[in-house]
Amino acid sequence: MDHTQAEADLTLKVSRRVSAADRVAVIELRDPFGGDLPAWTPGAHIDLVLGPRLVRQYSLCGDPSNRSVWRIAVLREPDSRGGSEQLHTAAYENDLISVRGPRNHFLLDSAPRYLFIAGGIGITPIIPMITTVAAAGAEWELHYCGRSLASMAFHEELKSISPDRVELYSRDQPASIDLDGLLANPRPDTLVYCCGPESLLRAVEQRCAGWPEGALRTERFAPKEQGEPVRQGAFEVELAQSGVTLTVPEGTSILDALEAAGVQVLSSCQEGTCGTCETAVLSGEADHRDSLLTDAERAANNTMLICVSRAAGPRLVLDL
Amino acid sequence: MTSQAAPVVTTPSLPDDPFSTEILTDPYEFHQRLREAGPVVRLAHYDLYAMGRFDEVHASLRDWETFISGRGAGLADFARETPWRPPSLLLEADPPNHTVTRNVMNGIVSPRAVRALREGFSVLAEEIAERMVERGEFDAVADLAEVYPLQVFPDAVGLPATGRENLLPYGALAFNAFGPDNELRRAALAGAAAVQEWIAASCQREALAPGGFGAQIWAAADRGDLLPEQAPLLVRSLLSAGVDTTVYGIANTLYSLASNPDQWDVLHADPKLARFAFDEALRWESPVQTFFRTTSREVDVAGTVIPEGSKVLLFLGSANRDPRHWGEDANRLDIRRKASGHVAFGMGVHQCVGQPLARLEVELVLTALARRARRIELTGTPVPKLNNTLKGWSSVPVRVEAA
Ligand code: HEM
Repeated sequence: MDHTQAEADLTLKVSRRVSAADRVAVIELRDPFGGDLPAWTPGAHIDLVLGPRLVRQYSLCGDPSNRSVWRIAVLREPDSRGGSEQLHTAAYENDLISVRGPRNHFLLDSAPRYLFIAGGIGITPIIPMITTVAAAGAEWELHYCGRSLASMAFHEELKSISPDRVELYSRDQPASIDLDGLLANPRPDTLVYCCGPESLLRAVEQRCAGWPEGALRTERFAPKEQGEPVRQGAFEVELAQSGVTLTVPEGTSILDALEAAGVQVLSSCQEGTCGTCETAVLSGEADHRDSLLTDAERAANNTMLICVSRAAGPRLVLDL
Repeated sequence: MTSQAAPVVTTPSLPDDPFSTEILTDPYEFHQRLREAGPVVRLAHYDLYAMGRFDEVHASLRDWETFISGRGAGLADFARETPWRPPSLLLEADPPNHTVTRNVMNGIVSPRAVRALREGFSVLAEEIAERMVERGEFDAVADLAEVYPLQVFPDAVGLPATGRENLLPYGALAFNAFGPDNELRRAALAGAAAVQEWIAASCQREALAPGGFGAQIWAAADRGDLLPEQAPLLVRSLLSAGVDTTVYGIANTLYSLASNPDQWDVLHADPKLARFAFDEALRWESPVQTFFRTTSREVDVAGTVIPEGSKVLLFLGSANRDPRHWGEDANRLDIRRKASGHVAFGMGVHQCVGQPLARLEVELVLTALARRARRIELTGTPVPKLNNTLKGWSSVPVRVEAA
């Protein structure tokens, strides 16, 4: 199920940027002309387009009823591949940022009771969920863990909503989270929403094995970089002009395979951004992995960038 | 615990002025000394850092977080000096702001848009090649390189028909202005006002013909992809970077081939090699020789610690002839070599947005000539044209022999 809302390509202005916790910055985005932003629901995220191959997803963590501003929280990760680091070092007030979305793959369904479990920066999609269910008068509790209280963004804001329903766990707190206890008894009236590091997600999934199907909702932040190739393993490329056929092994680009075979091909950036190696496809289906062609051009399947794109099937015929 | 201390290196220093008449005229001997001196070299004359080897130049171009462009792609540090014109939203900007404008420009100068221009560009390329071969003797600069791009590019942008003679002086101005406060830069700026006035007027919505790149930039502003005040500056980017570069590209390619007639033979035998010949000529005689960056943080490059806020001069033309990367015959023009990956168009997020267009223009002219001309040779000594950033010629007299 893909609850994609009408998706927009937007240029938004950083209207405010404040530090919310250790290594966490909260960034507010507005329309530069002061217009309304697209509507969204709790659990939605947006894509920040930070570079040709640098698209990062951030959950909206503000108030869905306020259409004039979006709020995101960005963690600066030491081994960040650039996105968070870049936002941290370069998204200052009044900067313009390319944004796509919002999109929601973590929908909040209605239930009489909710159990929210969040780890670290995974708290962000949970915040609008909590304000929404609290306003609707549902039963809820939040279990929020982090390295230290100082690193846990929004913990005060959350405590202030309902101090008794919010449990915080960190090295500087006495108790640690008791997942076994929390999830021991499956309850048909309860939905479990969990977002956080992979280890937490897996631990919660294991303990929810006996819960009714669909009771556990999770969100993983797989970076929306290029996913796995469509096709695992090698494929064949036939060069129509020269009549040569060669095999492109897994992990080798078509471009490299051609060069290794002594075929002279033009290329430049070698990362799917400049378009120099664009080659006509005569038959076979391409697995497009570049950052340049439009969706229509991909669908037409008559051209591809051989430095990064591959074959979706066993064989491609190229006009080379 | 073992601690790996970085090896202490003394950063070599050279006294040369890379913007002097001697080095601008013939930079290659200096490039070699620069590369031999080390991966990072101090240029005492300007008290700045320089890199001339492929690996370091390539890596620095790609590391936009450390080697930033927002403080200027020339010697002037925008954090300390007022730029001579409002900074470019592409060349002199950093992500994420750069990303917004770059995405807009990528959508406009796209492979699809460039494919649509091919047919029209091709007719004019065939015509001019026909005329040149008929004449037999011509000046590759004045009669061809300075003519063809001006027949095709301004129409693609949608510029007004009058005043186009300002385009070449504006390009020369923009590229000279990246350099130090020398005679070239002063002379360029002294004549700037009138040229800048025409350029500014031509970047306005009213001046730009429908359907062209310029009108599409304004359409992006109407859609909200750009702020309205950004549109004229993006049009200006096309005018600064799109004309002189291709003029130099064509002239340098013909110079390269005319001074290596054996390579023309290879091309004439198989004119489909024109794209490769252009790529190799870009490597061998790079039109854009240098660009500056500024360090956003202290950074260790091959043992040299470059402090935050330092200007770093990247020698693209030298990287493109570094034998460490290209092999012992790096100084030889060989259109069958693998020249791909050179940095003549830059590399990383700022890599030339006009690359497909430049490749199209030169491929068409060169193919048309290579089919018609069996031989090309120099009939006189080429005259260098000096510019603080660009390397090229004001005259390359040649003779071609019809096939
Ligand atoms: C042979 C021809 C050309 C050469 C050698 C060339 C070279 C370059 C180089 C080296 C850069 C990188 C600058 C940097 O790293 O700071 C660049 C960027 C750029 N070029 Fe070209 N160029 C050529 C043709 C064109 C054309 C035809 C256009 C216009 C359609 C154009 C527009 C630009 C723009 C706007 C940028 C800035 C891109 C950015 O910063 O994101 N260039 N070019």
